Amino acid sequence: MNLFTKRVVFFTLVAAYVIYTSFVYTQGTFTENPITASASHGRQIFRENNCIACHQLYGLGGYMGPDLTNVISNKGQNYVRTFLEKGTAKMPDFNLKENEIRSLIDYLSYVDSTSNYPVRNFDITWYGSVNNNQIKK
Amino acid sequence: MKIRIGRLFIITGISSLSLALLFGVLAAIQFIFPEFIPEIAFYKARPLHVSLAVSWIFSIGIGAVYNYLEEQKIIRFRIAGLIHWLCYVLTGLLIIISYLTGTFGGREYWEFPPVLSIPILVSWLLFGIVFFSSVFKIKNWPVYLWMWATGIVIFFVTFLEANSWIFDYFSNSVVRELTIQWKSYGSLVGSWNMLVYGAGLYIMEKISGDESYAKSGIAFILYFVGLTNLFFNWAHHIYLVPASPWIGNIAYIISMTELFIIGRIIWKWKGTLSAAQKFHHKHPYIFLIASDIWVFLNLALAILISVPAINLYTHGTHITVAHAMGSTIGINSMILIAFILHHFSWTKSFWILIPFWIINLSLLFFWIALIGSGILKGIAVIDGVSSFQEIMISIEPVLKFFMYSGAILALGFLILLFHLLFEFLQDFPENIFGKTE
Repeated sequence: MNLFTKRVVFFTLVAAYVIYTSFVYTQGTFTENPITASASHGRQIFRENNCIACHQLYGLGGYMGPDLTNVISNKGQNYVRTFLEKGTAKMPDFNLKENEIRSLIDYLSYVDSTSNYPVRNFDITWYGSVNNNQIKK
Repeated sequence: MKIRIGRLFIITGISSLSLALLFGVLAAIQFIFPEFIPEIAFYKARPLHVSLAVSWIFSIGIGAVYNYLEEQKIIRFRIAGLIHWLCYVLTGLLIIISYLTGTFGGREYWEFPPVLSIPILVSWLLFGIVFFSSVFKIKNWPVYLWMWATGIVIFFVTFLEANSWIFDYFSNSVVRELTIQWKSYGSLVGSWNMLVYGAGLYIMEKISGDESYAKSGIAFILYFVGLTNLFFNWAHHIYLVPASPWIGNIAYIISMTELFIIGRIIWKWKGTLSAAQKFHHKHPYIFLIASDIWVFLNLALAILISVPAINLYTHGTHITVAHAMGSTIGINSMILIAFILHHFSWTKSFWILIPFWIINLSLLFFWIALIGSGILKGIAVIDGVSSFQEIMISIEPVLKFFMYSGAILALGFLILLFHLLFEFLQDFPENIFGKTE
């Protein structure tokens, strides 16, 4: 493979990557419900206590604790509040203040509103892709 | 007297791995017994383990590049390289302190306060200046120079992308944030793979004495397949995040190009075996052969979990961990150890061969245990009958197996690392401060 060919292949791939990235940034990740100020504060609390080390959102994160994507609609706010206030044998009590707990619940409610996880109502095509039949929120 | 920058990074990498193993064992024990050493609870132990393991990979990968520049006597801006190392170590220490004190603020894998990303970027910029100014005049680059150049540039770009969440546009939607987070992480892993595989190819060239392969057409075809996957094959992480389906579809199609690499490994297997017989007495080579086997196993697993219908069951389970561990330990670490052994020409076989077998056999059990627990959890989660606690109780025996094999794996590594440190200290300080020119 001569240098010219290498350069052509390399810069073609780079150009494709730049175009692809611009599409991912602008077209591929649109959601209708933007985050609120309180939920945004909750997201900051979520990060500052490294909740993702043990928990998951959409299956991404640590596996010590349960996935939290739909914890609000599945278990309710009071259930979540109890865990945040007291901790458990596996989860430390992070000594969160009332406004921090409120914001965290708002953040989890926001995440809950974006879709469902895990997907349990689906069709599998012959070539291995999945049609998600669950009704999005 | 000139300080050997490559060796500073190598010793930093060995120290990082030693600590990563200790925190890894701690985190594995805490996974089963959460109240074990509560001062360094799981939410601190896990990022300590992960960051130090990443530091091991980057340190030796960077060390390999500096070692090449020093060996070829083409290194320029040596002082910038030394500042790079100092900046790298000091930032690493600050990150360790931030985790130990529970000072977080970032996201998974880069959990430290985001301000610490600045010295990381500065140090990487210095690395880029040293590398590109040193190799600029070389004609007809071998493929490992292409790989190192790609790794350096792509890390810089994807690390910036990984920090894009500090802008509201990227973080105001959880879907966009998760998508771009995992887009950057997928390519970022590709960037360190470029550094590590480049180092592997470089020492393979040295061991075999054959300089033609690194400039051959097939070497560049494989490089471009790797680059394509680095750019576009990351979305299997977010198949189940409600982003546009085309993102996942592109990744699914691109992931199948890895079949070409799998096919080539099978095709070349006989040649690999005969080369193994020829070079079996060379310790770096046995680690390279082990990495080849792990490439095959992990590539097969990666292709499987890239199929959306399978990913549906494996996503969010320990199969993802098996893939990560198999790649970072089985592939990256085997190549990096091979590089260290080759670089220092250490030959005391017993203290290398014993841990070699302990590491590889325990890693196999460790890997199988993770896949086993992942399969059980994946099926149970999709069934939706059992609660999270019931699922975790049902897979606990497999997780205990994972913990025990992980402890033996760490023991194997520690035996090897202490031997390497012992050998290193035998020649200290000449091996760091010796003349390079």
